Amino acid sequence: MAYSQKVVDKFEETLKNPEGASVGRWKPGDKDFHRVGTGIVGAPACGDVMKLQIKCENIEGENRIVDARFKTYGCGSAIASSGQLIDMLKGKTLEEAQNISNQEIVDILELPAIKIHCSVLAEEAIHRAIDDFKSLRNND
Amino acid sequence: MDKKYLFKRNNVWWVKLAVPVYLREKLGFDLRKSTGEKDLEKALLVRDSIVSEFKSKFSKDIEQKSPFESDFLNKTTYFDYASTTPVDERVIEKMKECLSFEGAFGNSGSRSHVYGWKAEELVEEARFNVANLLSCDPREIIWTSGATESDNLAIKGAAYFYKSKGRHIITSKIEHKAVLDVCRQLEKENFEVTYLDPNESGVIPPQAVKDAIREDTVLVSLMQINNEIGVLNDIEQIGLITRENGTIFHVDAAQSAGKIPIDLSKLNVDLMSFSAHKIYGPKGIGALYIRRKPRVRLQPLFHGGGQERGIRAGTLPTHQIVGMGEAFRIAQEQMEIDHKRLTDFRSILWNGLKDMEEVYINGSIDNSFPGIFNMSFNFVEGESLIMALKNIAVSSGSACTSASLEPSYVLRALGRPDELAHSSIRFSFGRFTRKEEVENTVDLVKNSVSQLREISPLWEMYQDGIDLDKIEWA
Repeated sequence: MAYSQKVVDKFEETLKNPEGASVGRWKPGDKDFHRVGTGIVGAPACGDVMKLQIKCENIEGENRIVDARFKTYGCGSAIASSGQLIDMLKGKTLEEAQNISNQEIVDILELPAIKIHCSVLAEEAIHRAIDDFKSLRNND
Repeated sequence: MDKKYLFKRNNVWWVKLAVPVYLREKLGFDLRKSTGEKDLEKALLVRDSIVSEFKSKFSKDIEQKSPFESDFLNKTTYFDYASTTPVDERVIEKMKECLSFEGAFGNSGSRSHVYGWKAEELVEEARFNVANLLSCDPREIIWTSGATESDNLAIKGAAYFYKSKGRHIITSKIEHKAVLDVCRQLEKENFEVTYLDPNESGVIPPQAVKDAIREDTVLVSLMQINNEIGVLNDIEQIGLITRENGTIFHVDAAQSAGKIPIDLSKLNVDLMSFSAHKIYGPKGIGALYIRRKPRVRLQPLFHGGGQERGIRAGTLPTHQIVGMGEAFRIAQEQMEIDHKRLTDFRSILWNGLKDMEEVYINGSIDNSFPGIFNMSFNFVEGESLIMALKNIAVSSGSACTSASLEPSYVLRALGRPDELAHSSIRFSFGRFTRKEEVENTVDLVKNSVSQLREISPLWEMYQDGIDLDKIEWA
């Protein structure tokens, strides 16, 4: 599999400096955990699992993603796609984030056709995380 | 009289030795040297002293040096010998002599002139070398384009020839695609195929073969060394069973020939496939062993000029054949030393990694060829590990390295859960691997695995004590 330099760079950057690349998690008990939405997509048996967390704050009446963290089990492009998604999320409103399409990730990372499912996974992850965050709100 | 290494120029005997390019400068050894003798008897004595001087230096060097030594640190370490091997320099030298006008370029089928005779002589010498390694009669060796063709010729050839006797074939689920896809094709042609399960370490139990044989079974096809996990089948035992039942036994020996001893005079094997490029010979050449006593007959796949006694038509590629012959000859000389080094390398790797958490051997360490070592690092996906190990060339059973998105069918057949199949890496070492390369790999793998686990949600769950099997995955 010949990846674009962008995938390779993103992957290596993530490995070298996981914290800087927003690898991590918020867990129950953390101070702001009630403002964190979590989405887990994929399955170990399929070779891809993406866990995305978004931390939201209500800024001027709108929920905005102020921070995001991820962990990914999967091939190089799955890891690069997660990292790319994180870069795209920060600062966006939930509505804007909801509208992120996998094609944007494909374009930025120049993913080969056979790896497009990695970007789809990233899109699903953000949808799940948003749904999870909203369900938390409803339970308030 | 054995005139090995000797040739005549202007009536004087010369010695010519082929050494790997990387050794030439170091040795300061003149490769073409005049013995100064016109008399063969005297020339032989001089030759022997030159050869022994050469060998004493050479054996020491080949043990430790790799062709890439000088800039090894800047280069990618090659741990994919099971996929293919570089051609041994000694083989290249021989092959070069079969191409140009000055060399043996002739058609070995030309019976009317010296060009043809010379080519034929070299082809037959190569056939002898191959047969010699396997303890069979040279007349039992047929040249093909490689192990894939040999497998096709053996399985289809026998199935078609003996179809009036029966249409049942036995093979296993972990064969190479060159066998499995041929069997799938035969199923479309109304043959019936039984695909045996390996046990959990990857061995096909001889008893399973015995149980599967029926009256209409005409062929059993099994590999000797599995290309993904290196596990050995008990060819001797299975051969006893097939012979007793009058069933033809085909063995794919693409990974085993030249690496472990094979004695066809003792084994009850009827057909055996070989490849040159897995054992430091060129790509595009292989052979099929076809037993003469008891005689096995095949329906040819290619028809044409009647070469290879009509079983495989086509002009013989002299340079390829000579390359294979030389590779097999060298393999015989080096088998023991190669095998010992590979065993050391595997121990270094395994001893360095076995204390890590959640590391598994796919296959078995006791009953396997040490040049192929397949491991799974749980919670780390194989392709990402390969990417992290960017200066090491290895292969993975992970789906992500294949076009099909399915993880290795071999590992699944062993009963490995899919996630472990996705997490697998195959290391395969060879003749030019150096100890330092293996030692360096231990640390690189450890670091990369822990980096990838750091970003793996599955590792996080495992650390939290969550049972991954109980999660309903989206």
